[in-house]
Amino acid sequence: MNIFVCVSQVPDTATRIKPAADGKSIDRTDVNYILNPYDEIAVEQALRVKEAAGGEVCVISAGDDSVLNTIRKALAMGADKAVHLKTDADFDGFAAARAVAAYLKTANADLIFTGKESVDSNSGQFSTFLAALLGINVVNIVVKLEISGTQVKAEREIEGGKELVETTLPAVISCQKGLNEPRLPTLKGIMASKTKKPEEIAFSGGPSSTVITELSKPPAKPAGKIVGSDVTAVPALVELLHNEAKVI
Amino acid sequence: MAETVKGGEFLISETPGNLVFTPEDFTEEHKMIAELTRNFVDQEVVPHLDDIDKLKEGLLAGIMKKAGEQGLLSVAVPEEYGGMEVDKTTSIIVAENSGKGASFAVSLGAHTGIGTLPILYFGTGEQKQTYIPKLASGEWLGAYALTEAGSGSDALGARSRAEKSADGKSWILNGEKMWITNAGFADVFIVFAKVDGEQFTGFIVERTDPGVSLGAEEKKMGIKGSSTRVVKMDNCTIPADRVLGEIGKGHKIAFNILNVGRFKLGASTIGASKYVQSEAVKYANERKQFGVPIGTFGAMQHKLAEMAIRNYVGESMLYRTAGLLDLATAGKKATTPEGAEAVLKGIEEFAVECSILKIAGSEILDYVVDEGVQVLGGYGFSAEYPMDRPYRDSRINRIFEGTNEINRLLIPGMLLKRAMKGQLNLMGPAMAVQGELMSIGGLEEGTGDLFEAEKKALANAKKVFLMVAGYGVQKYMDKIADEQEIMMNVADIVIDIFGMESALIRTEKRIKKEGQAACSHLVDAVTVFVNDAVDRISSNGKNAIASMSEGDEMKMLLSGLKRFTRWTPVNTRDARRRIALRQLESGGYNM
Ligand SMILES: Cc1cc2nc3c(=O)[nH]c(=O)nc-3n(C[C@H](O)[C@H](O)[C@H](O)COP(=O)(O)OP(=O)(O)OC[C@H]3O[C@@H](n4cnc5c(N)ncnc54)[C@H](O)[C@@H]3O)c2cc1C
Repeated sequence: MNIFVCVSQVPDTATRIKPAADGKSIDRTDVNYILNPYDEIAVEQALRVKEAAGGEVCVISAGDDSVLNTIRKALAMGADKAVHLKTDADFDGFAAARAVAAYLKTANADLIFTGKESVDSNSGQFSTFLAALLGINVVNIVVKLEISGTQVKAEREIEGGKELVETTLPAVISCQKGLNEPRLPTLKGIMASKTKKPEEIAFSGGPSSTVITELSKPPAKPAGKIVGSDVTAVPALVELLHNEAKVI
Repeated sequence: MAETVKGGEFLISETPGNLVFTPEDFTEEHKMIAELTRNFVDQEVVPHLDDIDKLKEGLLAGIMKKAGEQGLLSVAVPEEYGGMEVDKTTSIIVAENSGKGASFAVSLGAHTGIGTLPILYFGTGEQKQTYIPKLASGEWLGAYALTEAGSGSDALGARSRAEKSADGKSWILNGEKMWITNAGFADVFIVFAKVDGEQFTGFIVERTDPGVSLGAEEKKMGIKGSSTRVVKMDNCTIPADRVLGEIGKGHKIAFNILNVGRFKLGASTIGASKYVQSEAVKYANERKQFGVPIGTFGAMQHKLAEMAIRNYVGESMLYRTAGLLDLATAGKKATTPEGAEAVLKGIEEFAVECSILKIAGSEILDYVVDEGVQVLGGYGFSAEYPMDRPYRDSRINRIFEGTNEINRLLIPGMLLKRAMKGQLNLMGPAMAVQGELMSIGGLEEGTGDLFEAEKKALANAKKVFLMVAGYGVQKYMDKIADEQEIMMNVADIVIDIFGMESALIRTEKRIKKEGQAACSHLVDAVTVFVNDAVDRISSNGKNAIASMSEGDEMKMLLSGLKRFTRWTPVNTRDARRRIALRQLESGGYNM
């Protein structure tokens, strides 16, 4: 099975993000990047499919040289090889999908895993764009996956319930939390990943279709209100929840 | 200067920055292995800490085996024996990042260090082949049995005996080892016993060997989750080929391995200390009194800043030493006897630094847990808040792997030995300082260096060391070891010198790389640390001088001390406030 995983790097969820001076991007100083948590689930799933069905797992990531560390993490988990679609420019999900699709057109992919979204921009469109560009099936936000031969059975999360989808390979699967518990790399995996040099290919996704015009911090939360500490406060609380917060 | 550094050399010369390794020099692999260890501890250990402390059957041993699957037990082991023999720095990174794991860190350190390395460094090819792959994978777990009820610090006073059987095919061991970490689940014990009651010798004993039994778990103040038991040998019979190293040379194993153990303990305590600081910082942000977070109070900021400073200094000493060991052992693999010998030589070379780290790490952690409890107030005293366990767990670190007293005594002791053997030229510089005492200090031109005052103070601190230790040796000759109070004073001066210099050089390297603006908090840290260290050095110097000398001699020494501890006090209040605010803003240790 020819398996690909598309991964991106995101600021560590513990980092305090600040808008940069230009007001359109984030201040990158002091930002620690990690492998996008949903992509980590995607890597894990790819490895599990490979372990069950055989084949090879290739990681793809687009961006500047800083994504090499993210690629390295996926390699340390056990991916066999990697492709770095290199660009120093910023790009949106559509441009990224074009770049990856351009590479995958000739790569004979059976199965392509992505995270359901990246936790920085959270647009969640990449997998659908990619599948459309490649003209193959896509199942998004998958929490359970069974593959036998070219048959795919996937359980996906939908508003208030679950949906069972059957489709065939080749397909793009975007992974949601719950699908698996990603493994930690082993020491051997970390050392071995040093020798798996990613193939560098120029990013061919073209310009982005969207432009970020402004980035700002959410307004500070106003201080909480304490209306009382025993049962006598309930009417006032109900009144406020109804008329001020308008939640009941 | 040659591109090597000798053990203890920091006391007589300046080490160039390129020979001082710092966390900023970590390779990508170093960072990945740090992250792996952190994630392992967070996922596999932290959720179970309460059960671990209750000694839940099989739990800690199971986690150790999982650590083995992850490769965390094989860091120091060569590939031939199923390991990855990465560098010493990596071992230290694993130890540091395990620090948050409480009893797990103790068990891990004992297994990978004193439980595994004696066989790796002193074993025969066959012994290595038999034991190391299993220890590296976690299939077997290891323990180190040196101490007895009657012999702790005086380890060579062990009463356990070994006799050859009549047919010469086996050894028969008798005795009781006490306080043995990992005993409850260990498969292999490194046991020290005296052949015919005289020759101190190492042996490999397996749990299943006839005549081995265990006492009950000790009831302990802290690290309650680690297994600590008596190991009894009652006519324990083992094959003749289980002698480790040479008969009568057990002390070589015991002391060399302890150096590694001390180094690792320095690492795990600094790791724990950074974690505990982060918990204190978080709490100081959240807890409000008088309408404001307690982190806004100067008294709290003083503590938080002091934690950060000490952690930074500790970390700087730790990785500097890791780098020294890597430099000394580069390209040498423990697979051959010559290789093992070379690795051991490297470790022995930096025995002074290993003792410094053991003392500094355990005392930094003790400070941080103590003030950590204080920052949490009453909640710090609650067993349901995060300070209770670290506070109790911290205390043992000043006792095992050689008590801090024993390690303090070792520092000047080993330095003198190195000087006698011609391995370290203390005499020349000591004479030079004596000459300086007789002369009148001239005015010196300023260098305009950012750290001009700190560097001067550091160079002078080395003179205090040479003056006090030099006088002590002149006066007491080979009886100096009996003057333990003086030895302690000297050790404390040495520890402060290593701390000041390690933090200073690291900070200079960082300024070069990151720019001065990004490092202002580090400049603050170095300045505050030197400010306080100069006071401590002055006090240690005074105590030693006034105890050793009198009359004109004392006057001369004291005036020298005064000259060598001249320092213009700095505004430590503002510097600490700035450091504390940085910690509070980032919600944890951030230097
Ligand atoms: C939880 C725990 C785990 C342990 N794990 C192990 C293990 O895995 N393997 C192992 O072999 N041992 C282990 N030990 C033993 C430990 O190394 C010893 O407890 C330690 O070396 C001190 O020995 P002692 O307890 O006999 O104290 P003592 O040697 O009796 O010391 C008592 C006091 O006297 C001081 N003192 C002793 N000699 C001198 C001197 N010459 N000059 C000045 N002061 C001196 C000491 O510093 C100390 O303050 C462990 C101990 C504990 C508590």
